[in-house]
Parts: sequence; C-alpha cells; structure tokens
Amino acid sequence: MTTEFWNGNRAAAEAARQARVEVVAAYPITPQTHTVEYLSEYVAAGRLNARLVRVESEHSALSACCGASAVGARTFTASCSQGLQLMSEVLYFASGMRFPIVMAIANRTLSVPVSIWADHQDTLVNRDCGWIQLYAASVQEVYDLVLMAFRTAEDPRVVLPAMVAYDGFILSHASEPVETLSDEVVKDLLPPAPPHLRPLLDTKDPKQLGEVLFPDFYPDIEYKKHRALEESLAVLGEAFEDFRSRTGRRLSAVETHGCADAEIVIVGLGSMMQTARHAATRLRAEGMKVGVAQVRVYRPFPERELARAVAGARTVLVLDRDIGYGSAGMVYPDVTRALYHAPSRPDVLNFIVGTGGKDITPKTIERCVELGRGGYRGMSVFWPDARGPAEGIPYTPGVKACPCG
Amino acid sequence: MSVRLKDLPTEELLHKGNLACAGCPEMIGFRHVLRALGPETIVINATGCLAVITQMGVPLVPHFHVLFENAPAVVSGIDDALRVQGRREGVNLLVVAGDGGTADIGLGSLSGAIERGQDFIYVCFDNEMYMNTGGQRSGTTPYLARTTTTPVGVESRGEPRTEMRRKDMVEIAVAHGIPYAASASIGYPLDLVERVEKAARVRGPTYIHVHSPCPTGWGMEPSKTVEAAQLAVKTGCVVLYEVEEGKRRVTRPVARRAPVEEYLKLQARFRHVVADPAALAEVQRGVDERHAAILARMA
Repeated sequence: MTTEFWNGNRAAAEAARQARVEVVAAYPITPQTHTVEYLSEYVAAGRLNARLVRVESEHSALSACCGASAVGARTFTASCSQGLQLMSEVLYFASGMRFPIVMAIANRTLSVPVSIWADHQDTLVNRDCGWIQLYAASVQEVYDLVLMAFRTAEDPRVVLPAMVAYDGFILSHASEPVETLSDEVVKDLLPPAPPHLRPLLDTKDPKQLGEVLFPDFYPDIEYKKHRALEESLAVLGEAFEDFRSRTGRRLSAVETHGCADAEIVIVGLGSMMQTARHAATRLRAEGMKVGVAQVRVYRPFPERELARAVAGARTVLVLDRDIGYGSAGMVYPDVTRALYHAPSRPDVLNFIVGTGGKDITPKTIERCVELGRGGYRGMSVFWPDARGPAEGIPYTPGVKACPCG
Repeated sequence: MSVRLKDLPTEELLHKGNLACAGCPEMIGFRHVLRALGPETIVINATGCLAVITQMGVPLVPHFHVLFENAPAVVSGIDDALRVQGRREGVNLLVVAGDGGTADIGLGSLSGAIERGQDFIYVCFDNEMYMNTGGQRSGTTPYLARTTTTPVGVESRGEPRTEMRRKDMVEIAVAHGIPYAASASIGYPLDLVERVEKAARVRGPTYIHVHSPCPTGWGMEPSKTVEAAQLAVKTGCVVLYEVEEGKRRVTRPVARRAPVEEYLKLQARFRHVVADPAALAEVQRGVDERHAAILARMA
C-alpha cells in the first residue's frame, strides 16, 4: 500500500486499470475527459491489455460497452452531464440486459444555462434506471468505490451496471493523498470475470437477446430487476467488509459523524458532506448538537441505515445539490420516505444548495442549520444560496410570498 | 467468378416460423444473407421489422436485438472485446437494419463504426419507408411516393424531396473510404449471396444496401415482391454495383432500361403518379438523372 497524490479522474482510471478492464469506450466531456486519457496512456504504455473504442458519441460509448459485455468482457466508461443524458436510453438497455458495466461520472450540471461545474442533476435524473449509484466524498472514495462497483456489479446475486459519481472539478481535478492497493490485492478483491458472466452471444449456444416481452410477463422481469438492485445493498455490505479486512479502510452505505447524540442531522451526497462535517464541528463548539450522515450508496437507497443514523434527531436537514423542478430536491423524497414510519418521526427540511457549481462553504451549511434548526414552520424547501425576487435570501420561513414553500 | 445456384450453401440458418407479413422481402434477404455467412455468425439487429418478426423462434445463430440507432456501436464493442480476448478469428459480425435505422437515426453511429475501421458486415434492407411503425417516409423514400407522413392531397402529392437528393447510402459509405460496399436486391439472390460472401472475406467494415420492396407498405400483391424488386433494377430505379477499395463496377448491367411506369404501376403508393402523365414524366426524368449520375461514377 503506497500513498499517491491523485485527482479523482486519475483515481477512477487507476482503479479501472487495476480491475483489468478489457474494453473502454468513452467520449470526451469536461470534467470527465482525463479519466479516459489516463486509460489511453496505460494502454499505450502496455500497462493495460484493453481495447479503446474511441466512439463518436456517448450514446455509442455505452452501446459499445453493452456489446463488449454481451461477449463477456469487463467494461468501463466515463461521462457526465449532457453526455450522460445522451446515454439515457442506453442506461435502461444496459440494466435491462443485466450488463455489469461500471461508469465513472464527474458530476456536472445540465444545460442551459451552460455550466461545466458540479452539481448532482446529471446523475440524479438518472437515479431510477436500474443502475447502482455510489457517491464519493473524497478522491480516496472515488478509488475505493470504483473497485467496489466492479465487485458488486458482477456478483451473481446482482449482475447490474454501476455508476460511481464524484463532483466535477472539486474531486475530479483537485488532488488529494490516496492510499492505493497493490495490483495483487485488487486481483484478490476482484477475481477474473466469474463463470455466470460467460458470453451471452456465443455461436456454440445461439440465443435471442433483447426480446419483446408481452404484458403478462413484464411485471415479473421488472420485479426481478428491482429485487436484484435492492439485494445489491447487502452484497455491497459484504464487499465493504471484505475490503476492510484487506485494507483496514471502512466503507458503509451511510457514513455518520456525530449522529449518536445529534438533535439536528445533515443528510446529503458527495463532497459537500466533507464541508458539512467541518461546519458541524464548528457548530458543536458553539453548543449545537449537529451530526452528519453522508449517503454513499444512493441506489439502492439504504432506507434502514439512514433511519438508524438519524434516530433520535429532532430535525433532519436534507441538502440537495440538484432540483426536481416543480417539486423538491431529488434526495429529499427518498429521505422523507425512509423516515415517515420512523418511531420518532423528525421534521425533515430540504435545502437546495450549490447548483451549477456554486461553492458550498461552511457558511452555506451554517445558513442551512440557521434556517432549519427550528424545525418545520410551514415551509419545507429552502434555497439559501439563490437570489430571488428580492435581493439576497428571501426564502425565510413563514414568508408567504416565497414561491418554493 | 459468379455464385451459381448449385454453389449456394444449403444450411438454413433462419429459424422456422416468423411473424412477417405475407411476401416480406426482408425474410427473403435475411435468409440468403445468413446462408452466405454460415453458422459462425453473430447477428446484431437494429430496431425495425426484422427485430420484431424474428422474435418467436429458437434461433440458429446468436441474434441480439439492440436499440434503433446503436447497432454499429454495439458491434464495435463486440469486435473489440473478441479481439482483446483472442476470439475474433472465424466469427462473422453481421449488423442488420432497415433504411430508417441506417440512413436516418443510426447514420452517426454507422459513420463512427466505419471510420474507426471496425470489422463487421452491415446489411441494410431498404424498403424506402418506416414499416415497423406503419409506413412513414424515410431518408430513402423515392420522389412522389405516398406514405402516411407524405400523403396525397390538395396541397401535397407525396414525397416532395427529389430523386437526386435521396440519401445514397452506398456512396455515403464509400465517402468514408470503406474497403467494400455494394448495392444488392432481394430479387437477385445469387448476386446478393456473392456480395455477402465477398464482404465476409474483407477485414474491416463492409456495407451492403439491399433493395427490399414491401407489399404491405407499397400497396402491392404479396406475390409481387420479387417481380417488383427485379423491375426496380430493370427500370434503373436501382443500380446493382459494388465498390472495392474505391473501384466501382456494375454487377448486373441492364442493356435496355424498361420505362419506370412498369415498376410504379405495381404499387398503390404511386397510383396518383401513374394516373398523371406529367407526374409520371417527372418521375422518369428523376430516375434517368439519378441513373446517369450513378453510371457516370463507374469509370
């Protein structure tokens, strides 16, 4: 185990190399592009025995991965934002065909207005396409989660594709120390493609794939896919445990900081949860009992783990780096669902922060706590960093003019 | 050396029973393409009639129905995966698609796969319209043809785009520097088999555009499929030729072209043209012009 100084894209590429991917198909898009450039260099230098399909679009990138997967190859791609949206049709095809493709995503918002900066809009609008979704809060997590993604996606109880999402620029371009594993350790974690992933397309055993299914049978297949994705939570748990025993590093579906005695718990995805931890420490020094629950596994949604993490809290503040226009942030409904039947149902408030790459600083988090500490007072969705009808922050609890209550 | 009837491979690889309409040209074409390629073939099928009508049987070759526009990208992944695994030798990768999947929605994907030099045989069955969705116009619909989206009425008399601006898929493929491209017809199966066998010997991308008259879409008797296909060639509406490393050669020369009316009068989609001498003359001029342009490239 050595410590390297890597950015998130490099960490994703190194993990894919150590996973010994056989086919990489990708199309350039900022801020993901470096991932594929690194992989191209590994292939050029003979460090990775893979073929690169230098496709003409993201739609084709994921399609090529599907083809490679259909003949039993371990495949990897990377994308984000508009590119991920262009893939949208193929995302469902990949999960429906049960291809265990792994995709790294350097989160970036969706146009227009044009922005190349981070938010979670791109992956969250694709949260329901049957893929496992993991969200990293550090470069270390990018590396670890890509390895866990391959392992879980290929497990016979799962056999579904997986995305590893990390904030564009904040994690994709900023370098952090990363504890790396040797190729041998990764080989133990990730053995060669297991026998149940034998080629589906085989001239010795001809099959029809991508069949029409009539309505009588459709729900059965949908239910199986849904159950496999739910099942993957336990499989991820086993993988995390095996990972801990080999590396000493702990991963969990929901990571908690100071939640045990917290009255207020902040919930959310990605790098902003590091900032939230920092802010919570400061607020604790002022006597406020604030905890942080980082949702690392978002699909399948770790309902029980989350309920356990916030048990005892009076108020839960859900930070969404995204917006489901006309409703609320997209993580918020998952959290409210998880807590609705909790024995002591807390107030759950939603904060839309950092969209389009707006910086989320400890002050942003403190502002959320300030707005939400009193619990529910007639309004559930707040935009603390948006300027609205009046200059500044008009969305104060109880103000009727607010359009987002 | 031409393929003779007695040389035709006898192994049938099209499974028994299908959902095709009576007189379906795609069934004729697909059957011969599979016979030419043999059992070591993987079929990647873009959305279209063929993807639907081949569903209900036990396949004799692996058959992968993919999305509408991504078959060339899927075959790229298969090609590269088999290479990296050292299993590429001896397997034909066949993409089959219709004119909508090829000339319209899948053109970008096909262009990318040809440009990258992926090793596959692409066969487009061109029935000049979207028939899986019930007969809408496509990028290869001929001038003045009636379709459900180019109806005949007071303000319109069928497909308005002239013959010279129809998408010419063979020439689009050739513009990529493709090693082998050809046009073919379900009305000339020996010629089709020869084109496919030739394509199978090429390392790299190959493209075969197969004219496929559709009785359901064109308003013809189901018994007229082959006759219509042959008349399309005899009237010069379709020119059968191949392009090997940029060298063009007519594979089925027509000494004296028959008047286009003989072909059109079989088809209800041209009824309004056949009934109108001025429109008929206009279509004949368009076909003459296109025919001359294709032959002029042969030198």
